[in-house]
Amino acid sequence: MKFLYAAYAATWIIHIMYLTTVVRRYARLKREIEDLGGK
Amino acid sequence: MKKAFPILGLLTAGLLTYALYQALVVAPTEQTMGDVQRIFYYHVPSAWTAFLLFSINFLASVWYLLRRNPVADMVAVTTAEVGVAFCTVVLVTGPLWARPVWGIWWTWDLRLTSTLVLWLIYVSYLVLRRFSSSGQTPVLAAALAVFGALDVPLVYFSIWFFRTQHPQPVIGGGGSIDPRMLHVLLINWLAFLCFAFLVCWSRYRLEALWREVEEVQALEALAETGSDRR
Amino acid sequence: MSAPTGITWATLAKDIRLEWRSKDAINSMLFFALLVVVVFSFSFDPNAEESRHIAGGLVWVAFLFAAVVALNQTWARELRNQVLDAYRVSPAPANALFLAKALGNFLFVAVLEALMTPLFIIFYKLRALGPAWQLIAIAVLGTWALVVNGTFFAAMSLRTRSREIMLPLLLFPISLPALLSMVEATTNILTGENSAKFWIVLLATYDVVFTTGCLALFETVLHAE
Repeated sequence: MKFLYAAYAATWIIHIMYLTTVVRRYARLKREIEDLGGK
Repeated sequence: MKKAFPILGLLTAGLLTYALYQALVVAPTEQTMGDVQRIFYYHVPSAWTAFLLFSINFLASVWYLLRRNPVADMVAVTTAEVGVAFCTVVLVTGPLWARPVWGIWWTWDLRLTSTLVLWLIYVSYLVLRRFSSSGQTPVLAAALAVFGALDVPLVYFSIWFFRTQHPQPVIGGGGSIDPRMLHVLLINWLAFLCFAFLVCWSRYRLEALWREVEEVQALEALAETGSDRR
Repeated sequence: MSAPTGITWATLAKDIRLEWRSKDAINSMLFFALLVVVVFSFSFDPNAEESRHIAGGLVWVAFLFAAVVALNQTWARELRNQVLDAYRVSPAPANALFLAKALGNFLFVAVLEALMTPLFIIFYKLRALGPAWQLIAIAVLGTWALVVNGTFFAAMSLRTRSREIMLPLLLFPISLPALLSMVEATTNILTGENSAKFWIVLLATYDVVFTTGCLALFETVLHAE
């Protein structure tokens, strides 16, 4: 059933979207740390 | 500590795959609803996980108000964010299940509606955290979490009584559950709990690192202004 | 207990005097209240058979929006004059300040409701088929439910960005059970179809729970940071 797969897919899309925000914030932090280290 | 993370990650991925297989293949097909009912194995564990995370958030908020421990605040923001992610899953998979089975996307039944209100409260919590000035954020957010917790039983009762006055079919049905289905449900819940734990751990580390960087930046700013004065 | 009560009444009296003097604010709020009723009447046909069933919801949503506008106004004045900082430094108990603000807001919103109600009755030809006196209880309990949390969240929003939108964002989710109770109780009395007793009791419970919560946490929130 299409709805079944849509539901499972939606679940993982939502989780991946959230994890992406975490990873992106992490990357930005890493850059800031490098800036601090450079000074 | 850091070595454990990739290992746990692999284990969790394996567990999730196994749980998915159980849900899609092993679990018996439900008599009245058919295969669509398998959404249940993602919908219900997500709901339980979200409620667990929000409960931890409440405890952490109370702990913060009593002890002003920064760890408490970090736990609070972590569980709130991850909880909202899981709660969003519940609110999306619910209608996707309801539509083919009962013909409607949404109904103001007890479980769906109280989940929606809980989601709204915690989204407002996250908005408050983002918009408040950083010195105040932990206290204000903790106060809001307490208010949210006070609200939950009231939300439940009000919708429950509303439903007794305006009855409608209950989505998700009650009644006893086939033990084989229960088995698959619990496996999925375990898998999602492990996943939630890893996500929370990552988010917590991010928060801890972010606070360290903030502190260093603040100290640097102070040092600069000090040297400017000479 | 006389000291906090004295401060409460003094602050309340001051607020009332200030509002009374700044007639502009009152007049614009009154006009706003009238506009809200008219807008709702245009949007939801008052002549429809259903109007008796939806009037309860309409009235309370209108009151809710009027309350939000009123709440945003009252703290804004304090902020402009840096009165809040003076309160934080003074030895006066924070609860006295909170009660004064909440009571002042309650009076302000009650006046707005008192003005909007006859208009709604006229436009929607409302008549209570159930016990009408219960409507007073609902109005008092319901307004207090909105105002007590509204005052608390308004104080919380004071130093946040986008202060005006922050208040409804925080207030609406938490107020949903109270809102449901007010609307259902009012509808039950207007249609005479069901008893409003459970809803009134639930509203009263909501009021007790959150008044206690606000009083317990206001000092903490006032001194945050």
